[in-house]
Amino acid sequence: MPEKTYRDALKEGLREEMLRDERVFIMGEDIGRNWGGAFKVTKGLAEEFGDDRVRDTPISENAIAGAALGAAITGMIPVAEIMFGDLITLAMDQVCNQAAKLRYMFGGQTSVPLVLRSVFGGGKNLASHHSQSLEAWFMHTPGLKIAVPSFAYDAKGLIKTAIRDPDPVMFFEHKLVYDRKEEVPDEEYLIPFGKARVHREGDDVTIWGTFLMVHKAIEAADELAKQGISTEVIDPRTLVPLDKRTLIDSVKKTGRLVLVTEETKTGATTAEIAAIVQEEAFDWLDAPIKRVNAPDTPVPFSPPLEQAFIPDKDRIISAVREIV
Amino acid sequence: MVSTSKPLSGVTLGGAQKLSVGQANYIMAVTKKKLVDLYTRTLKVRLFEEKVWDLFGENLVPGTLHLYLGQEAVAAGVTAALKKSDWVQSTHRGHGHVVAKGADMNAALAELLGKRTGSCKGKGGSMHITEFKAGVLGATGVVASGLPIAAGAALSCQMRATKEVVACFFGDGASNNGTFGESLNLSAIWKLPVIWIVENNFYAMGTPIALTCPSQSIAQRAEAYCIPSCVVDGNNAVEVYEATIEAVKRARKGGGPSLIECQTYRMRGHSRFDPAKYRPKEEVDFWLSKDAVETIQNIALEKKALTKKEAKDIRRKLQKEVDNAADFAVKSEYPEPQEVLDDVFAGVA
Ligand SMILES: Cc1ncc(C[n+]2csc(CCOP(=O)(O)OP(=O)(O)O)c2C)c(N)n1
Ligand SMILES: [Mg+2]
Repeated sequence: MPEKTYRDALKEGLREEMLRDERVFIMGEDIGRNWGGAFKVTKGLAEEFGDDRVRDTPISENAIAGAALGAAITGMIPVAEIMFGDLITLAMDQVCNQAAKLRYMFGGQTSVPLVLRSVFGGGKNLASHHSQSLEAWFMHTPGLKIAVPSFAYDAKGLIKTAIRDPDPVMFFEHKLVYDRKEEVPDEEYLIPFGKARVHREGDDVTIWGTFLMVHKAIEAADELAKQGISTEVIDPRTLVPLDKRTLIDSVKKTGRLVLVTEETKTGATTAEIAAIVQEEAFDWLDAPIKRVNAPDTPVPFSPPLEQAFIPDKDRIISAVREIV
Repeated sequence: MVSTSKPLSGVTLGGAQKLSVGQANYIMAVTKKKLVDLYTRTLKVRLFEEKVWDLFGENLVPGTLHLYLGQEAVAAGVTAALKKSDWVQSTHRGHGHVVAKGADMNAALAELLGKRTGSCKGKGGSMHITEFKAGVLGATGVVASGLPIAAGAALSCQMRATKEVVACFFGDGASNNGTFGESLNLSAIWKLPVIWIVENNFYAMGTPIALTCPSQSIAQRAEAYCIPSCVVDGNNAVEVYEATIEAVKRARKGGGPSLIECQTYRMRGHSRFDPAKYRPKEEVDFWLSKDAVETIQNIALEKKALTKKEAKDIRRKLQKEVDNAADFAVKSEYPEPQEVLDDVFAGVA
């Protein structure tokens, strides 16, 4: 099977869906032929599909999200891109008040088949406005589905599922995984929402995490294995719907849980997961649930500060060692 | 339609009005049949809103309420220029848009009462009153949030080559929000088939337009986006209709967006309990003397599109429809508590 980067896998998924269904189109700032997206995910698509279906927009985040919504409820399948996840703040009304709620507040008269792609995460010294991980905000908004692929294989399968989903999907990517490679089939496949991927199986402790932290957790698990600790690593792949079953079953097996994401700690997705596990598997826990997150600060710029901010393999390993 | 906007003669925005419009410069080629249509739509919205006011008085309408009373000619004139398959985007003051576009009045009134037979199954109420199949994209509780959605719907019409157009209603207050600039600009650069309908009733809640808008008209702002615009008397359904027809023609031909500023006035306060004491008496009196229903009725009678008897018959028929709708709404059941969980997602979650 050919190895592909996360970026190319995503593009392949987008391309296949645009070929399959002419209602699918992409819009966003600098996604077209001159630039191909700030992270080059859409590079080459405008040349292939034309400037109408790969549509550069003005710097108007609220209008990008709102126009995607308007197109979605009238027969198109838009994939809108917001250049940086931090800038979804400018489109919050259209995302959280409109797209998320339209179907419900109109009593099921319509549905909103829209995908909004954006990118989270630090590690590139881009400071406080271009590095955040804000997925919990959207998890707290009923009506949105949330995909959080960490690997190339998942990126392709999930973007295709997102495009075919009848509901609004927030499709979040991570800056530091675009270049990571994995085997990705050339042929078509879909990954269902709500099905976690288990990267390592183990008996002593479960690590649940998202984005770059899945990669760090795998590195940690491999090192812990050498120290005789058997670690299970779970990547949920979608936050809404959430695969609780895989997580709960794992905790019932290991009795120990470490949650790791790049989000600032308070109110992060890890807090929600911890609450779910204590509600549904309290009796199986042999130790307190550990959370490994960023501190409750804005994302700093200077390399040593940013390194201190983003959790790493060593912090994951110490968290595990504290409870095993 | 003129390519540059001009304020109505004699208007002092936001202050006491001396508006001298409605002279005999309208009614170019409006057919008698269309005059009857305009009269019927205007009156239908009026009777619907009066019924809502009554039901509200009986404490049957939960929550708040933004009545369309006074502005009926805008919804009537705009929707009379649209096809059934065209779209409108509504606002928080949306009952009139929905009813004029042809929504089922039973379901509309039931929605206002929070009944499960409502068009939104009781999930939306006054601020989200919508009937998708009648061509209403939605009513919204967030001022100015409809503009980007309308732009997107128009983009969809353009990309699917349906020849449909979108009319987007919004208030004078909404035109100070960022979505106004973002959406007008999108519509202009992509030549979208959208008609921006400003319902300038000179107030955003209690704030008069003079405090929030530096220009003589809101239509003036369209020039910055190279969008043709005009100002019309929003209490005259014929003026609104004629301006909209021209804009619709342009939009269907691929000529892009237009903006129509309809100057009008609320007969009541902004919302449920607002007595609107902040409006000068002579201003209120002036606008009440320009009543939308009387205006279109007089034109229709004068042009011999209607006889007095026919006008009365139409009124009687509409009143009966509205009464029946109220009956239906009042008698309908409330939703069951477990219905709170329905319709969050279309697919599985
Ligand atoms: C974004 C936003 N800000 C404030 C409000 C509260 N609010 C509701 S209606 C309104 C005034 C709107 O004025 P205008 O757009 O002129 O419409 P009108 O009520 O006059 O029809 C305000 C401030 C809101 N609903 N949404
Ligand atoms: Mg107003």
